[in-house]
Amino acid sequence: MYVYDAFDRKLVTERVSDFRDQVARRLSGELTEEEFKPLRLMNGVYLQLHAYMLRIAIPYGTLSSQQLRQLAHVARKYDRGYGHFTTRQNIQFHWIKLAELPDAMTDLASVGMHGMQTSGNNVRNITTDQWAGVAPDEIEDPRVWAELIRQHVTLHPEFSFMPRKFKIALGAAHHDRAALRIHDLALRLHHNAAGETGFEVMVGGGLGRTPYLALTIKPFLPARDVLSYVEAVLRTYNQFGRRDNIWKARIKILVHELGAAAFAKEVETEWQSIKDGALALDPAVVTDIAARFRYPAYETLDDSPKELAQARRDDSRFDAWMKNCVTNHKIPGYAIVTLSLKPEGGTPGDATAAQMDDIADLADRYSFGEIRVGHEQNLVLPHIAQRDLPAVWRALDAIGLALPNVSFVTDIISCPGLDYCSLANARSIPIAQELTRRFHDLDMQRQLGRLHINISGCINACGHHHVGHIGILGVEKNGEEFYQITLGGKADENATLGTLIGPAVPYAQVADVVEDIAAAYLELRQRPDELFIDTVKRTGVEPFRERVYAAR
Amino acid sequence: MTSPLDQKKIKITGPVVITANRVGDGAVVYRSADGGWTTKLDGAAITTDAAVARTLVAAATGDDLNAIGPYVAPVKLLPGGGVWPGNLREMIRHGGPTIDLSAALGA
Amino acid sequence: MPLVENGQVVQDRYLYVGDDEPIPNRVPIIVSAKRFFENVDTLIRRDGSVGVVWPNDRRVAELAPWLGHLALVALVFPKFRDGRAYSQARLLRETYGFGGMLRATGDVLRDQFQFLVRAGFNSFEVKKPGDAGVFAEAVRRYSVFYQPSADGSVPAQRRRVQRNANDEPQEPAA
Repeated sequence: MYVYDAFDRKLVTERVSDFRDQVARRLSGELTEEEFKPLRLMNGVYLQLHAYMLRIAIPYGTLSSQQLRQLAHVARKYDRGYGHFTTRQNIQFHWIKLAELPDAMTDLASVGMHGMQTSGNNVRNITTDQWAGVAPDEIEDPRVWAELIRQHVTLHPEFSFMPRKFKIALGAAHHDRAALRIHDLALRLHHNAAGETGFEVMVGGGLGRTPYLALTIKPFLPARDVLSYVEAVLRTYNQFGRRDNIWKARIKILVHELGAAAFAKEVETEWQSIKDGALALDPAVVTDIAARFRYPAYETLDDSPKELAQARRDDSRFDAWMKNCVTNHKIPGYAIVTLSLKPEGGTPGDATAAQMDDIADLADRYSFGEIRVGHEQNLVLPHIAQRDLPAVWRALDAIGLALPNVSFVTDIISCPGLDYCSLANARSIPIAQELTRRFHDLDMQRQLGRLHINISGCINACGHHHVGHIGILGVEKNGEEFYQITLGGKADENATLGTLIGPAVPYAQVADVVEDIAAAYLELRQRPDELFIDTVKRTGVEPFRERVYAAR
Repeated sequence: MTSPLDQKKIKITGPVVITANRVGDGAVVYRSADGGWTTKLDGAAITTDAAVARTLVAAATGDDLNAIGPYVAPVKLLPGGGVWPGNLREMIRHGGPTIDLSAALGA
Repeated sequence: MPLVENGQVVQDRYLYVGDDEPIPNRVPIIVSAKRFFENVDTLIRRDGSVGVVWPNDRRVAELAPWLGHLALVALVFPKFRDGRAYSQARLLRETYGFGGMLRATGDVLRDQFQFLVRAGFNSFEVKKPGDAGVFAEAVRRYSVFYQPSADGSVPAQRRRVQRNANDEPQEPAA
């Protein structure tokens, strides 16, 4: 993971000091709320229903144990003892006081953390695959490039007041675990025929009121040109993105109104004039950034130690966890462990300060001090020696973080919804909670297999419901909460938007509807190993629609 | 519920209060009759008159130092005397998230 | 509203001339883009500096052929959140090589001063008198920048490569 140098630390310190002054001027009345709001948003400070919310950046989802402990400290000192991991690999605290924020930010800055650009009309947290750097199918660690771009867009004088937010994602494997096509800009690292490193550039993805999947505007951009090309895209957007209507202000609207070819040409013209200037990547710069990425000193270990197989035979619960939560690592003898933050009855993605401390301890002991945050709102210990898996499991099991429901029906992705968020139309968390209760039986979950449910409390789609296998969108009808159900969405390299199955159903019926959908799937699937998403693709939504609405 | 912060026309169909969030800590507050802010709903100025509501909102909007984003929110007057939030959004603002936080966190 | 240049409040040498007003002799003037293009031949020949207010929704490429004749270009921030003029400024400075006065007008506030300077502005019609007095301090808020910019401030990447070349340690000695 990237280790800050003196320049990085200075910048964050200066940012905190700047914000401290801005808060003081707000509290004294020198700044009106209208003048202050964009400034606080640029530091990740929202006003929600009950309090301010602080969103802290976890760049490309990588955390050190020291940083996780500091998040636990912030949760305890400035909030109500818990935090929420988001669908963009960030963390949110829901009960923040403005007056205390400069101190909270000082505490975060001491471990190289901040809320810079986690909100506002600028470039947001750059996300990637939570298995970056350790996945066997990756061609190269995308996080070095993510860090290069992150620095370039941080407090960028030209791109801090764009028409709207701008979200970038990077991927480095054919299998897309970073939901590239729902981003404003996505960069897929790969090699061309000559073996050179470069990026497929995709623009114009985004969910919300008008969902779009990103379009490829440049199949191969040499790595040396990545900063100048990103600059050209942002400059085109900053100048020509719509500013007259907040619902039409994202780059996806510009791309689709101009057409991909015309948009690409606009970017190309701008890029040609800057590509060989100051932003042409000097290899010494890449080397410098890469040098501050610390990688574990892996031991030379064998895969599948005998003790592991024996432990699996000895304990069926351990075996179930191995099958569900543990995946292959690119280094022999190691494994990637996923920690489900989706307990029965829980809020998806929440963790207490105590859990954060415990996970930090485990990371120190077993994962070279590193943790990852996934956009599915689960955590990852990315560097576990296979021989340590039994001990890690026992420790996780003891603190309730070993539930083997990853990618199953109760591994729900959900926004905070109307319980917290001032943008929401309906609640999302209680829906998720009820679903975890209805489907709590692990045998049933295994029978259903991989099944992604995404819940959003409003059309802003922070729960990514459009790309859920089952998508649930909260709407308001005459003061009551109703939910639209979509089926067949996908967030991977075959990204697809889900199809609405019928009229919105009331709050009390949502869990019943999902049970009906699950039952229909079990009847319709051709083989036990035909995944839910593949059944939906094969049959279309009609049989599910019939089943759900027959009695409603 | 759909954010009421963009209210352009104020339509009153029952008793309403003016509510906002306090600047210092973001807490939910209600405009009181003396032009201050209170966290207690039963300390709020209540009106059933659209013109009065507009005046109250305008005055509250000018009080940017203390409260952010004032708007008109419905309330219910209880038979025994007493005021209750008038819709789900206001219920949640008044009473907090509807989730049992300690249960949700496995505490 | 106060005009700030070189870190202090100064008198405006320029006169804004409305579209229907006569153009005075010799005095430095600022005209609208419309006026400029209606009278371009006269204006570029006049004895006295000429400046243009360029709207933020028009490509600066249209103005580019005339930059050699302009002493000043004024760009517009209708609201400070509308950041189009930052791109215009950088294009004028870095793509078109404009070396004259680049003035920020409109909703020009203290918390954007350093961004404006880095985008290439060197003249500021500051909206709030109170902000004018702290201009010099506000533009020194940050000493670390990740990006190259129009004002020539040295980005961190270059300082790092230099540090590495000089074999200096990543961290200063305590």
